[in-house]
Amino acid sequence: MSGIPHDHYEPNSNAEKWLHRRLPIVGLMYDTLMIPTPKNLNWMWIWGIVLTFTLFLQIITGIILVMHYTPHVDMAFASVEHIMRNVNGGWAIRYIHQNGASLFFVAVYLHIFRGLYYGSYKAPREVTWIIGMLIYLMMMGTAFMGYVLPWGQMSFWGATVITGLFGAIPFVGEALQTWLLGGPAVDNATLNRFLSLHYLLPFVILGLVILHIWAFHTTGNNNPTGVEVRRTSKKEAEADTLPFWPYFVIKDLFALAVILAVFFAIVGFMPNYLGHPDNYIEANALVTPAHIVPEWYFLPFYAILRAFDGEVWLVIAVDFLTAGIVDAKFFGVIAMFGSIVVLALVPWLDTSSVRSGRYRPMFKWWFWIFIVNFFVLMWAGAMPAEGIYPYIALIGSAYWFAYFLVILPLLGVIEKPTTPPATIEEDFKAHYGKDGSGHGGITSAAPTPAE
Amino acid sequence: MLRKLAISTATAATLALSSGAALAAGGAGYVEDYAFSFEGPFGRFDQVQLQRGLQVYTQVCMACHGLRYVPIRTLADEGGPGFTEEEVRAYIEQNYIEVYDSDLQDWRAATPNDNFPANTSAGAPDLSLMTKARAGFSGPYGLGLNPLFRGMGGPEYLASLLTHYTGSEREEFGAVLYGNETFPGGYISMAPPLWEGAVEYGDGTPATEEQMALDVAAFLTWAAEPHLMARKQMGFTAVILLGLLSVLLYLSNKRLWAPVKARVKGSQPAE
Repeated sequence: MSGIPHDHYEPNSNAEKWLHRRLPIVGLMYDTLMIPTPKNLNWMWIWGIVLTFTLFLQIITGIILVMHYTPHVDMAFASVEHIMRNVNGGWAIRYIHQNGASLFFVAVYLHIFRGLYYGSYKAPREVTWIIGMLIYLMMMGTAFMGYVLPWGQMSFWGATVITGLFGAIPFVGEALQTWLLGGPAVDNATLNRFLSLHYLLPFVILGLVILHIWAFHTTGNNNPTGVEVRRTSKKEAEADTLPFWPYFVIKDLFALAVILAVFFAIVGFMPNYLGHPDNYIEANALVTPAHIVPEWYFLPFYAILRAFDGEVWLVIAVDFLTAGIVDAKFFGVIAMFGSIVVLALVPWLDTSSVRSGRYRPMFKWWFWIFIVNFFVLMWAGAMPAEGIYPYIALIGSAYWFAYFLVILPLLGVIEKPTTPPATIEEDFKAHYGKDGSGHGGITSAAPTPAE
Repeated sequence: MLRKLAISTATAATLALSSGAALAAGGAGYVEDYAFSFEGPFGRFDQVQLQRGLQVYTQVCMACHGLRYVPIRTLADEGGPGFTEEEVRAYIEQNYIEVYDSDLQDWRAATPNDNFPANTSAGAPDLSLMTKARAGFSGPYGLGLNPLFRGMGGPEYLASLLTHYTGSEREEFGAVLYGNETFPGGYISMAPPLWEGAVEYGDGTPATEEQMALDVAAFLTWAAEPHLMARKQMGFTAVILLGLLSVLLYLSNKRLWAPVKARVKGSQPAE
C-alpha cells in the first residue's frame, strides 16, 4: 500500500505459506503495521491512536453496561443507579464510559485541528477527510443518544430540544420528528430506539475507522511539512520514513499512557465535573430545567444554532425572500448543519498550493483565530441566550463561516507562502541534525512521530 | 473572600463552560464552602460522621424524604457507615422501618435487602442522589473554574440550605414558604427542619444546627456515591501505574529513536 517502496511480507515457514496462499491476512496485518511513516511526525500525530483506543474502550465498557441496563422509562434511571451501587465495579465502568465520551471528543477535536493546520485534507487525502467527517457525525449522534439513556432531566429535555430541530424543517418536519421519536413526544419508544442505535452506531464507526485507516495507508501519512515522501527509490523512501512498528507505536503508546493518566485522574477524582447535576434527577416531562444545555462537546454548534435568531437581518431577509418557509428556527438548524458541511468541504475550499500551515504566514493567524473562536463559541453556547451572549455567538458563527467560505479560498490567492523543505529528510535533519542540545528528541515541543 | 465570589458568581453566571454547574431551578443563593473530610483526591468519609448523619436522616428527614435507591444492607458495606449485619438489622427494628411490598400489597418490616422506603407523602424530593443533583459552585463567568477547584458543591449546598434560613415567612396559594438564603428564589416550602438538640448523638458530639447539617450532608454524599472512597483509590492507583508506565515508555521511546537521531547528524541525504 501507499505506493512508498518498502519490504513486503514474505511467508517463511510452510504453515505461513499455506495460509498466505489461501488468505493473505498475515501479510495484510504486516503491511498495515509496518507502513513507512514520515519520520518527522510531531506530537499532534498521536490522536488517531488515542481515538482508536477510545473507540474500543467505549465499545467494551458499553457492552458491559448494556448487560445491566433496562431501556424502559420507568426503570432506566433506577437501573443506572443499580449499576452504580450493586454491580461489581459498575460505578467504575459507568464513569469510564461517561467520561470516555469526553475523552473521545477532546481527541477528535485535536485530531481535526491537526488536519486543518497541516492541510491533511488536501489532495490526495480528501477521501480520508470525508470519511473522518462521517465518523465525527456518527460520533455526535452516538454521544447524543447515549446521553439520553440514563433518563435524567437533561437526557429527556436534551432529547426534546434536539429532536425538535428536525421539527423545524418546513412541510415534513413535524411528521419527521414524530417518526424519529416513535410518538408525539420523547417517551419509551424513543428510549428504546436510542439504545438500539447507540449500540449499533459504534460498530458503523468501527467500519468507517477501518476505511479511514485504509484510505490514508493508500496515500501515505501527511506530515508537519506537508511534503510528500519520496517514492522514486527505496533508499530515498527509507531516508524519509520509518516503519510504524516499533517507532510510532511506542511513541503513541507513551502519549496514550500520559493521556490516560489524566483521564483516570478525572474519572477517579471528579467524574461528574463534565456532566450536569440535573441528570441525577429522574426525567420528568412536567418540569422543565431552568437551563437546557448540551454536553460541552456540542456547545460550539449549539451556539451557532441559537445565534441566528429572528433579530438578525440576514435571517429576516431570508425569511422574507422564502416567504416564511425558512424561518428563524429553520435558519438556525441550517446554520448548525451547515457549519459541519463547510468543515467537510474544506479540501475544496482551501485553494492554497502549499499544504502545511507551517509555511503559510497569513494562514497561521486566521487558523489560531479560528481555534480561539471555537472556544468562544463553546463558552457562548453554555451561556443563557440573553444580553450580550447572542451577539458574541453571532460574531463567532460569522467567523466560522467566513473562515471556510471566504478566508481559505482567498488566502490561496493573496498569500505568499514560504518555501517548505525539499524533503522530509531535510526537515528531520534541520530538527535533529544540529549538534548540541535544545532538540533533545521527543522532549522538544514540535516534531516527532505517529499518526 | 472566596465566599463573596461564590455568591456573586453563583447568581450571575449559572452555567459553567463544562455545563456542569447549572442548578435544577436556576442559580443557587449563598453557599458556604464547608470543608468535608471526603474532599480532595485523598478524601475519606468520616465513619462516625456518617453514622451521626444517618441518625439525623432517620430521626428528622425520613419523616418526609425517601431514600429509594439506597439498599439498607449497604450500611454494612465497606467505605460506608461501617455497621455490622447485626447492627443493620437492629437499625431496622429500632426505627420500625417498613417498606411497601407489592406482592403482599401491604406494608411489612424491611429486611436488609430492601431499599430505604420511598416517601413522597409530603411532596418532598427523594434524597438518594441529592448531593449529586445539586451544584453549589459555578463560574466565574461560565468558565467552570470554581467547580474545578472547589468541587461541584452538592454537599456544601445541602449543608448551607439547612443552616441558612432567614426566619422570614411568606404565604403563597395557601402554602407557607420559608425564607432561605441558599435556596434558588429565596423561599423554600420546607420548614426549618433542624434545631439545637433535635437529635441526641450517641458519641457525645454537641448537636448544634450546623453540626447536624454537616453530618447529614456527609451521610447523603455517601448515599449518593457509596463507592466514593473506592473510586478515589482507583483514581490514585491508576494515576500512579500509568505514570510509571509513561516513564518506561518515554525511556523506551527515547532509546528507540536515539540511533535514528544520531544517524541524522552529519549524514548525507540519500541520493
